[in-house]
Amino acid sequence: MKNRGTGIAIGHYPTGQNGGGDPSQAMVKIQPDGSAVLTVGSCDLGQGCKTILAQMAAEVLGMEYEQVKVINHSVDNTPMSSGSYASRVTYVDGKATVEAAENAREILFQVAGEILEASPSDLIIENGKVFVKGDRKRFKTISKIVEVATYEKHKQVVGLGHFMKDFSKPDPETGECDPFCTLSWGVSFAEVEVDTDTGEVEVLRFVSYYDAGKAINPMLVEGQIQGGSVMGLGAALMEDLHPYYPNIEHQPDNLSDYSIPTTMDIPDFEALIYECPSTEGPYGAKGIGELSANYPSPAIINAIHDAIGVWLTELPASPEKVLRALESQ
Amino acid sequence: MTLKVVGQNVLRYDGLAHVTGETHFADDVIIPGTLTVKVLRSPVSKGKIMNLDIRAAMSVPGVASVITADDVPCNGYGHIPDQPVLVEEMVRYKGEPIVAVAAVDEDTAIEALEKIQLGIEEEEPVFDHIQAMMPDAPKVRPEGNIHMFGKYPFRQVKFGDIDAGFREADVIIENTYRHPSLEHAQLEPMVSQAVPEAGGKLTVYTVSQAPHFHLEELYGILKVKKNNVSGKHWITEKGSRTGQGLEFGDINFIGGTVGGGFGGKNDMHADHITALLALKSGQPCKWRWTREEDLLYSTYRGCWYITIKDGVKKDGRIVARKIKTIRESGAYASSNPHVVEHNIFNSTGPYFIPNVHSRGYCVYTNKPPASSMRGFGLTPSTFATEVQANKIASELSMDPWEFRFKNVYRNGDLTSTGSKLDSVALIEMMQTLAEKTGVTLPDRLKQMSSAKRGGNSI
Amino acid sequence: MHLLKLTVNGQNYEITVQLKTTLLEVLRDKLQITSPKAGCNQGDCGTCSVLVDSILVKSCLTNSLSVQGKKIITVEGLAKPGEVHPLQQAFHENYGAQCGFCTPGMILAAKALLDKNPNPTREDVKVGLSGNLCRCTGYTKIIDSVIAASEKMVTVTD
Ligand code: FES
Ligand code: FES
Repeated sequence: MKNRGTGIAIGHYPTGQNGGGDPSQAMVKIQPDGSAVLTVGSCDLGQGCKTILAQMAAEVLGMEYEQVKVINHSVDNTPMSSGSYASRVTYVDGKATVEAAENAREILFQVAGEILEASPSDLIIENGKVFVKGDRKRFKTISKIVEVATYEKHKQVVGLGHFMKDFSKPDPETGECDPFCTLSWGVSFAEVEVDTDTGEVEVLRFVSYYDAGKAINPMLVEGQIQGGSVMGLGAALMEDLHPYYPNIEHQPDNLSDYSIPTTMDIPDFEALIYECPSTEGPYGAKGIGELSANYPSPAIINAIHDAIGVWLTELPASPEKVLRALESQ
Repeated sequence: MTLKVVGQNVLRYDGLAHVTGETHFADDVIIPGTLTVKVLRSPVSKGKIMNLDIRAAMSVPGVASVITADDVPCNGYGHIPDQPVLVEEMVRYKGEPIVAVAAVDEDTAIEALEKIQLGIEEEEPVFDHIQAMMPDAPKVRPEGNIHMFGKYPFRQVKFGDIDAGFREADVIIENTYRHPSLEHAQLEPMVSQAVPEAGGKLTVYTVSQAPHFHLEELYGILKVKKNNVSGKHWITEKGSRTGQGLEFGDINFIGGTVGGGFGGKNDMHADHITALLALKSGQPCKWRWTREEDLLYSTYRGCWYITIKDGVKKDGRIVARKIKTIRESGAYASSNPHVVEHNIFNSTGPYFIPNVHSRGYCVYTNKPPASSMRGFGLTPSTFATEVQANKIASELSMDPWEFRFKNVYRNGDLTSTGSKLDSVALIEMMQTLAEKTGVTLPDRLKQMSSAKRGGNSI
Repeated sequence: MHLLKLTVNGQNYEITVQLKTTLLEVLRDKLQITSPKAGCNQGDCGTCSVLVDSILVKSCLTNSLSVQGKKIITVEGLAKPGEVHPLQQAFHENYGAQCGFCTPGMILAAKALLDKNPNPTREDVKVGLSGNLCRCTGYTKIIDSVIAASEKMVTVTD
């Protein structure tokens, strides 16, 4: 018999290294042609940090996205970054990048202010030019300002940025501490069909709705949600590194035995983005990389209960576990 | 101010390079004359090395360099650091590296490994982390199997008055959940290539997710930087001269483009060994883990047991929660203590619970070190708390949506670690999710919001 | 040592190989064509996929001598020099690549599919790509990319 059921799971995810103390730094240099180079120490694992950090720098500098180059490949030549983990890069490197770009912009404003005979606070930057507010005719191109800065004013148009949430030491008795930058939120819905003869569970529909604070690049956020959801689906239904736990015999040593989801295992994943801006994050952004992997398991287990009335308290919900649970009902 | 670039779907910065095959990952850097690295791993899960003779391996034609623990200036790394680069004396997990060989090709390297004489006196291992907590369990490490968080063998959170909370409760619901160990299965396996440069310098091509940290760890191993191994008496500083004379800045890590990580590349897996071999042989050395090695011996999400005991009012409010979570760490600390803290600090799930007592244990076993994986300490706790939420609802014959609306965090709530929350949106998100999935919520839930709770905090 | 003649991306090569050398080793180590990746060397992941006389094969399991005289295509040679193939463009525009490690193999699997079935449904695409793993994207945007490419390619040839 095939029974259908639905389930939900919700939760939160902290942005940044647990307990803080994880710095990231950034450097923005304005080039003679008016473009920019952003140097950061974090890695692009596919999440797209080069893209979104370039977007933030471009936003501050009134440039096109295509005008920002990103360098992140060499430890010697990049400022410190704790690394790409803990859903931290958008927020922590993002804040460092925005600060670096603002500092570079500040130098442009100083030099432009001297050329245009205006106070730096009266200037705005847009489309590769610095304008005097309210007077579209009084402007200098960024490349001209860099030229003047370099050859006349003895100035380097480089901005530095740093962000770190201070390390918060937990109280050994109460655990009291301030362990995260901000929290993002997630809610998920699963619909499953359980075959009570074979124990197989098929996920028919999965809807994920996650809070990115501000989606710097919505398609990349969607990509994180979909990718995490499928990873979570694998954890819910098929993955176990030590299937004969605690023994390590017959541990899977290839990707057939340790099976991760293929195109054939997935329903269409609906990824929805919510934006509840963080108070301190860059443009309100929050970390999105990890939380998406957390909800499929409980949502699917809850849906299985709705379908066939048994609770599984161990993952994965393999056909064997489902059948055993049905038997002992 | 309107945003022009932020919020736009600009195309991926490295997208065109990815689709045309121009992106170079660490393994795609091909340098002529690079030696192939292979590593002799322990065949047993626990034991003492009685004899180790590498002479025959060294004399295989085509072998450039063979290193053991004796070649490691300070043989400890990792977050704590407590993990030997190469086994000194005690083997703590099956697959632990003992000898590394660099040779002209893979066949020669494998032949050399086969010529190594290794005698291990096997000891009884412990694999089950619950069993490992028993006083008479075999010891994974000399100081005991339970990780010490300062003076306590656990990290704990105490919030409110747990006893009063349970007294107030109408129903007590207690369950244990088990989350199995999982592998990242990122498609790019571990690989590292270390290339000697002019003037005794070294470039390492890495797959690291945290290259700045890993370079510092390597400097610690090479004693360029102080390596804080005090108290870890199984880690020795034998005075090896490998890398002597190197200074900060003489080694560079090249990376930043990683073929998937998911937390699996937060720990150094190969860079230390290729660096030592390249320094010793003076030739470029590349170590590519096989997929088999990656699945069997790389870091993974350790197994968890989570016991939740909830005191609940008939109206659905959770008024007390006691949690005990036990995380398998494998043989070394790696990031496991942090994973446990992350779990414990967030053990209420997304719910405001006025009285909480949670304890998390991190337990060593004779398995490869577990470590970070996407979701960190919250993956198992989300699984446990969210299934628990449905179990409570079902016990109270309450709708699982309604149960969640009653308990979720609102703006101004305190977490169990004492942080005051803002930018909370769960109620609004659940309302939209219900709409999108065709679930009709009663009006009283539709009218709720994440706004601060009035007067009394519940 | 054995002599192997093959054409890769339109260029002819003559090299010597051992009996056990795989096609993946020839491409990566001998010819330095690095878009085919060694994700597993066990035939499970598809990151090593290439086209041999237009047929999709896993090059890690393919003995190099078995492709004697054949034409191999990798993503480096999918488009004419200086151009981008519609499939590559579609993967780029639809965010079908995250880390990019599976991408070359995925694109070639998609090419083999569209050669046979220029108008696939989402279900067809799933079947066509089922031998290629991706751990990053969750596949949705990969499938979107292939569908988008098929629509473009049909209009182009119309
Ligand atoms: S490398 Fe050939 S299938 Fe994985
Ligand atoms: S994009 Fe990373 S494996 Fe597919």
